[in-house]
This record gives sequence, C-alpha cells and structure tokens, in this order.
Amino acid sequence: MNKHIVVIGAGVAGMEAAGQLSNAGFNVSLVEKDENTGGHLNGWYKLFPDRRRSSEVKDYLDKLINKDGIKVISGTTIEKLVNINGIFSLETREGTEMTADAVVVATGFDLFKSSRKEEYGYGIYDNVITSSDLEEMFRKDKIVLVDGRVPENVGIVHCVGSRDEKVGNLYCSKLCCITAVKQAIEIRELLPETRVFCFYMDMRMGGAHYEEIYREAQEEWGINFIRGKVSEVSESIRKKLIIKAEDTLAGRPLKMELDMLVLMAGMEMSEGGRILAKSAGLETGENRFFASADNHFGSNISNIPGVFYAGTCTAPMNITETISHARATVSDVLNYFKNRS
Amino acid sequence: MQFDPFVIPFNIGLYFILIYAVVRSVRWFSNLSRPDKLRLQRGFFGRAFGQSLKEIFMESLIHRKILKSNFRLGFMHMSLAFGWFLLILFGTIEADIFGEKHLNAPYKAIFFKFFNPDHGRAGFEAAYSFWMDLLLAFILSGLLIAVIKRFSSKVVGMKKTTRLRVLDKVALTSLWLIFPSRLLAESFTSGAYGTGSFLTGFLGSLLASFLPAQQMAYPFWWLYSLSLGTFFILLPLTRYMHIPTELFLIFARNSGITTGDQPGAFTEIQTYSCSSCGMCIDACQLNFSAGITNIQSAYLLKGIRNNENVSDIAFNCLMCGRCDQVCPVGIELTPIRMIRRRAGETEPVQTSIWKKYLPDRLDIMPVKTNGKTSYSFLPVEEPAKTDVLYFAGCMTHLTPAIGNSMVRIFDASGVNYSFMDAGGGVCCGRPLMLSGQDREARELINFNSQLIWKSGAHTLVTSCPICYKVFKESYYLDVEVLHHTQFINMLIEEGSLKLNFLRKKVVYHTPCDLGRGSGVYDEPKEVLKHVVRLQNTNFENEKSLCCGGSLGNIKISYQEKNKIARDTAAELTRENPDILATSCPLCKKILAGATETKVADIAEIVAEAITVPMLKKNTPKPASCLRKNVIVY
Ligand code: SF4
Ligand code: SF4
Ligand code: SF4
Repeated sequence: MNKHIVVIGAGVAGMEAAGQLSNAGFNVSLVEKDENTGGHLNGWYKLFPDRRRSSEVKDYLDKLINKDGIKVISGTTIEKLVNINGIFSLETREGTEMTADAVVVATGFDLFKSSRKEEYGYGIYDNVITSSDLEEMFRKDKIVLVDGRVPENVGIVHCVGSRDEKVGNLYCSKLCCITAVKQAIEIRELLPETRVFCFYMDMRMGGAHYEEIYREAQEEWGINFIRGKVSEVSESIRKKLIIKAEDTLAGRPLKMELDMLVLMAGMEMSEGGRILAKSAGLETGENRFFASADNHFGSNISNIPGVFYAGTCTAPMNITETISHARATVSDVLNYFKNRS
Repeated sequence: MQFDPFVIPFNIGLYFILIYAVVRSVRWFSNLSRPDKLRLQRGFFGRAFGQSLKEIFMESLIHRKILKSNFRLGFMHMSLAFGWFLLILFGTIEADIFGEKHLNAPYKAIFFKFFNPDHGRAGFEAAYSFWMDLLLAFILSGLLIAVIKRFSSKVVGMKKTTRLRVLDKVALTSLWLIFPSRLLAESFTSGAYGTGSFLTGFLGSLLASFLPAQQMAYPFWWLYSLSLGTFFILLPLTRYMHIPTELFLIFARNSGITTGDQPGAFTEIQTYSCSSCGMCIDACQLNFSAGITNIQSAYLLKGIRNNENVSDIAFNCLMCGRCDQVCPVGIELTPIRMIRRRAGETEPVQTSIWKKYLPDRLDIMPVKTNGKTSYSFLPVEEPAKTDVLYFAGCMTHLTPAIGNSMVRIFDASGVNYSFMDAGGGVCCGRPLMLSGQDREARELINFNSQLIWKSGAHTLVTSCPICYKVFKESYYLDVEVLHHTQFINMLIEEGSLKLNFLRKKVVYHTPCDLGRGSGVYDEPKEVLKHVVRLQNTNFENEKSLCCGGSLGNIKISYQEKNKIARDTAAELTRENPDILATSCPLCKKILAGATETKVADIAEIVAEAITVPMLKKNTPKPASCLRKNVIVY
C-alpha cells in the first residue's frame, strides 16, 4: 500500500492523525504553516483536568511523528486544493505543489480576537489580557501588572466571542469555562492573597472531572463565581479597571474595581481553514467551522470524497477529544481506499 | 345651448370633487391647532402664498425633484400632471375664443371637439389644433411609461413600485382610460368631419377609412366622460387624494407649519399627500440590503390612511431619515413615524365606504403608563464647577478608545473641563424616546439637566450623535451643545490644538443622527482634512448610508443588521482607504465588525495626530470626578 496522504496542519489533531496513518502503513506528509509543530499546544502551560504539562503531550506527539514514513514540511501554507480524478493537487502559498491520494484537513481553530469586543478594552487598557496571555505568565511563574505590581483583584470574563450574537458566534466554545476554573485556581496558587472573580453566563462543566474541579475552586480556593455578563470596562486614573456587570442571581447591577481582567477568548474557525474551504469548495456550517458529512457517524468525512477532517476544524474540542477524533480519521481513510479498489 | 346627456357623468364628478375639496379643506383648517391656524392666515396674506404657487408649479406640475433624481420617472409624472394642466388651460381658452360664447361651462372646454367638430380647418384654428394635439401626445407618452411601470418598474429606473388596493386599481383604470378615450373620441369625430391635426386628424382619417367614424365617436365620448366622472368620484378614497392634498400641504408648509411631536391635522395632511411614488422604498436600506419590503414610509402612510394597526411597521425602521431626504413631496416621514411609536398599539378601525369620504381625525391617544418613573435611587454627585463639560454617553463607554482619545485631546488643549460621566452616567434619554416612551425619557433628561446646570459649564461636548441630538432638541439648557467633531474643529481653528499630518487615506461615514438628524456635515470633514487625506465616496452628506446598528430599530435581527453593516462597509471601502472614519461610537462598533478595514472615530485619529510637545506642555490635570475611587456599591 503506497498511498500518499497529506495532512494539513501539525497541531494536536494533525500530528496524531499523521502518526496513526503512518502506523497504518500510509506515506504521510505533514504540512504546517508555522516553523514548529504543536500548534496551540505550544501556547498552553499546564492542561486541565489534571494539570499535566502541555510539553508532555507535545513529547508524545513528537515521538509519534518522528518516523521514516512521515515527512514534516513546516513553514508552508496550503492555499489551494483541487481534485483531479481522485488525485489531489495541493498548491502552497510559497508556490510549490504536491499531490496526494487523500487529504486530512486538521487546520484547527483561531482564538477569537478579543479586541473585537472593544467594550472589554483589550488592546486599550494595559491590564486587560486574554487566557492565552495568562498562560504565558504561568509559564514564567509570575503574574504581574504592567507596572510590575502584583494584582490584588483579578476578574475573569467567560464567553468572550462565544455565545454572542453580536459578533456572529452563537456557539459555545466548550473549553473556556473549565479553562477559567483552572486558571483561577492557578492564580490563587501563585498569589494566595489575590481575590479572583469569574463572571459567567452559566458554568458548562460537561467534561470528565470538570465538575469536581469547579467544586474545589469554590470550596478550597474561595473563588467567587458571579453570574452575569460584564457589560463594559473603563480605567480609572490610577490605572484600575472599573467593570460594570449585572449580578443576575442577586438581581442587581454591580460595579467593581479590579487590577487585572482576563478574557476567556473563544474558538473560531481558523483563517487557514477558511481559505482552504473557499478554494477547495469544502462546506462550512453556520458557525463557519467545516461541516461534517454526518453529525453522528461521519464527523471525519467531508463533502469531497478523499478529504477528511480531524480535530477542532469541525467544532470546539478539548485535547482528549481532539486526539480521539484524529485517530478515528484513520478508519475512514482505510475504508475510503478499500471501497475504491 | 350646446348640451348632450353624455356630459352628465363628468359634470357630476367635477362638481362633486370641487365641493369635496372645499369641505375637506375647511375640516383640515378647523382641526389645526390655534397657532397653526394663525400661521396659515398670516401665510395667506404674506410671502408664503406666492412661494406656494411657485412650489406648486415646480413640484406638483413639473415635478422638478423627481426629474432631477430620476428623469424617466419625473417625465412620467410631469407629462401627466403638467400636460393635463396645460390641456385644461388651453382647452378653456380654446372654448373661450372659438366656442359658442365666452365664459363657458367647464364641460364645453373638455368636450370642445364634440360640440365644435368643424373647428380647426385652417389658419390660426389649425395651428391651435396642432398645439392641442401636441399636448395630448405629451400626456399619452407619460401614460405609456406609467402603464409599463405598473408591469415592470425597472423601465423607469426603479427597483420597486408600490402595491395597490382594489379601489386604487379601479381609480387607476379610469385614470388610464381618460386620455386614450379622448384620443379615440376626438379622432373619430375628426375622421368624420375631416378635421383634426397631426394626431387626431391622422388617426381619424385612418380609422374612418374602414370604420363608420360618425357612429363610433359617440360611445367614446361617453367613455371619456364616464372615466373622468368615475375618477373624480373615487379620488377621495384612493391614493390620488394626494393631488388636491398636496396643494394644501405646500401652502401649510410655506406658512411655517411643521410636524412637531404631536399628532394633528398637519400630520394628517401629510399622510394624504403621499403619491405612492415609491422613491422612499428605493432609498431604504432595509429594502435593498436586508430584504424587508413592507415597512417603508409609503406603506406606513398607507396603513395609517387605512386605519390599520401600524405599530409593527412603525417600529421596524432604522430612523435613518434617508426616505425624508428623497421624498419629492417633502413629507416629514421620520417625525410621523415617531408619533406612531408614541401611540404604541392601536386598534384597526373598519369604516364603511361612505364614512371614508369624511374620515374621522387620524388622532391617536398617547399610551397610558403605570405609575411614575423615577431615578431617585441613583447617587447624586455634586459636579465640579467647570467651563466645558464632557458627556461621553453609554455608547462611548462601550468603545473606550474614543473616550480615551477625547481625554487626551482635552488635556492637550488645556481647556478647563470635567468628565461628567467618567464613572458611568445616566442615559441621555433618546433610546427611550425612540421606543416611544417620552415620559420615561423626560425623567432621565431632568436628572442630567440638573447635573449639567450645577456644573456651571457653558459648553457641553458629547461624543455620541444620539446624545447630541437629544441634548440639542429636548433639553432646555442654557449651554452650547457641541459634538466632539465640532469642538475639535473649534480647537483647531483657534489654534489651541496642534496636529501632525498623518499619511493616511481615510473615508468618512456620516452618522445618521449627526448628519441628516442634526445637520452636522462639514466640521467632521474639516477636522479630517487637517490630519489625513480624505477620500470621497458615493454616499456623501444627505445621501450617507446607515451603518445598520441604529437604536431606532428594535424589530430586526442581528443577522439583518449585520447584512446592512457589511453592505455599507463594502460601499465605503471601495477605494481601499487605510481607515474608515466615523464620528459615532455606535457606527464605529457596528462597522468594525463588518469590515477588515480599520475603523476609527475622528477623535482617535486626531488624538494620534497630536504633536508631542503639546502633550508635554499641558501636563494632564485630571478632572476631579476622575480622581474619585469607584468601589463596589
Ligand atoms: S465553555 Fe463556558 S465560557 Fe466558553 S463559551 Fe461555553 S459557556 Fe462560555
Ligand atoms: S427612516 Fe430609513 S430605515 Fe426607516 S423607512 Fe426611511 S429609509 Fe427606511
Ligand atoms: S412617502 Fe414620499 S417618497 Fe414615499 S411614496 Fe410617498 S411621496 Fe413617494
């Protein structure tokens, strides 16, 4: 079996899919737009639910793709994908071309650009940061304000760019609630004197161990969960952030002074995915992610025979789900070739 | 005496409509408020009268405004109205000169050919016949366009034409029949007598060559008279009522009467003046962007005339004022819509057809509110004494980059100012007004008025056109209200703000409430020309588009708003500007989500252009209310 498969995107999904396809005997090219593999994994420090270091997952994936049957082509962006009689021709932005017998799209997600919600002041007020900026601080083991002080009061805003009709994203990004809980605990661990307030619409604790961590956050770490959306943020002359929100449980408006605000940016279809969808004629759903052929038994299958999906390019997923989803691609690819021959 | 029974339908119709016009005018006049009555009386003996005659000639007959914006549509209206007018005028003169005697009954002019079939053989008579034929041809050409427009509105350069009711259709048919039946009647008569000019004479001899012209003529004279009579009798029940009403409207408007915010006779007159020309439909972005095709002003007015419940229509509107700008009759459409909003839900009334000739007043009772609104729970802060008060407004608090830029501009200019709602304030009141809740809005206005008054400021600067409009129009304050673009322009002109020139291409989007709503068009552009290269768009000033995010519409979905926003942004960024500038926080927010181009308020651009020494020289002295700590309450 000398079939050649191109996997687009070397994040968690792409690496896992490439590794497993190679194990199944295929020749695999793994194309990545960045210089390094790993995708968003490189941005996180410790992962929920068990706070394993992301580098450990990265190590596992690196080992998986480090074999003869896999060619890693980094720094390369696929812009065009055409199907010529069952052979796929892929064009890169850099001008090179390659062919494949099947393609696995693992273009992943982009974090919602928080500056699009101007009322939260990202990019305007220094101490408004995103969940991914905070991970950076965790990695350095140091949470400080721009002026070097330690924050006394930190707010965390859930659902930034998710479940928000005004930015055109009706869906839930699924991981930000648990990320918020994880990060809240981590802040308290690093800064025991600091108070943390989470502003949520509802807590979506659907994954394994999530609910337990949420309980721990309240009972052991004294994190304040306030139900209500933050409506606007302003800055006082002393560089404090003043937030306005509505406490919908207490049924009253709320105004609070904070030192730092962390925005739980949601997940959006990646730009690379959008370009590919357009050029190849891959169908997308109302949420702009790739639309799978079937919600129940075809979540890896696209509208073009021979093109498959893996991971968060189809919907928000956590790492566990992404890895399972990527592995499932292999059986769809095998079936595809079996039915063709 | 010359008489024939066929003239009876015309006579009945004509005298009916004349008497009707008088009765209706008297009723309108008596329904006007006292000051408006006085205005009208003064207008009658003053300049307004002459002005009105001129306007009636230019707009009701020539249709200058429609001609300017859409030639084919204008020609259609002009040939029907002006042509008919000339035909009557010269017909009367004709009957007077060549007829049996001087000063004839009107029917003798209208049916001149029937009573004087031999007329027009040679010399001056023939020349006059030629002229009359020419007029008839002029009208018929317009009629042809009208018929085509009914079936395909694109021919006259319009995207949509208005939908009709049964009675309108009958009236329309009789209107359409008038001139062809006149043509045939005159032609047959001419054919039988060998008279007539290039049109009736030619057609007459052609028809006479194979038809018994003498016998054929008579039924067409009946048809002509009948269609005239039917049209006149039905006119008050149909949209053609706009013809006599518009005359009254022009006179009332020239006398200085305006819609105001209460229902009344003037609103009613305007409602009946709509010619259903459909120009407002074509101008409406809800129509051409969002595909909502049943709420435009023509339909609102039609609904009001038919006593329907128009609440849904009244609230499904951006209040952008684009239709006010294009309406050739000059109806104050947005104020009329506001009045209907205040009315809330109304009961549809079914009236008998007879009642419709003299309908009840289109009055509406204001909605009753339960209890009294009060904002007494809000903490009252004593504002610091200052010269200039800055009110950012709720929308600016959602776009903090604008507020920040204003603070920098104030600081750099060295003006003694105070930031009235730095820690959040009370709404200006306009959103409530737009949803028809004036009384509740009044409470907010009172609350803010007190703060402003206590500060002793002489100038109030606001960043939001929505606030600006309400401060200007509905607050009774002795301060100068300026939009920040006007204020910045003033600073630049008097030299207290030194700016660098930024090498950027910028287009400017005029916000509805600042432009059409408040008439501020130039200052924002002046400011921009100071700091950047300003590009032109196809939608300048009065023609500017709405961003789609209007607070005025609480009926449409986010998707529909977004569609309008994307279309607007695409139009404005055609020339690939570096920045799409606007001067409204709401426009900024909406447009920013609809385009890849950078969207910024003029204040942000100006703040970026402030020369550095400026910033150093005037060390920021924060307003006192900024220094106060805001804690949880
Ligand atoms: S996971 Fe939580 S924070 Fe994220 S979008 Fe869903 S509800 Fe909002
Ligand atoms: S005000 Fe604007 S949205 Fe409303 S009917 Fe007129 S053009 Fe349409
Ligand atoms: S409201 Fe004005 S523009 Fe609209 S149909 Fe009537 S006359 Fe024409």
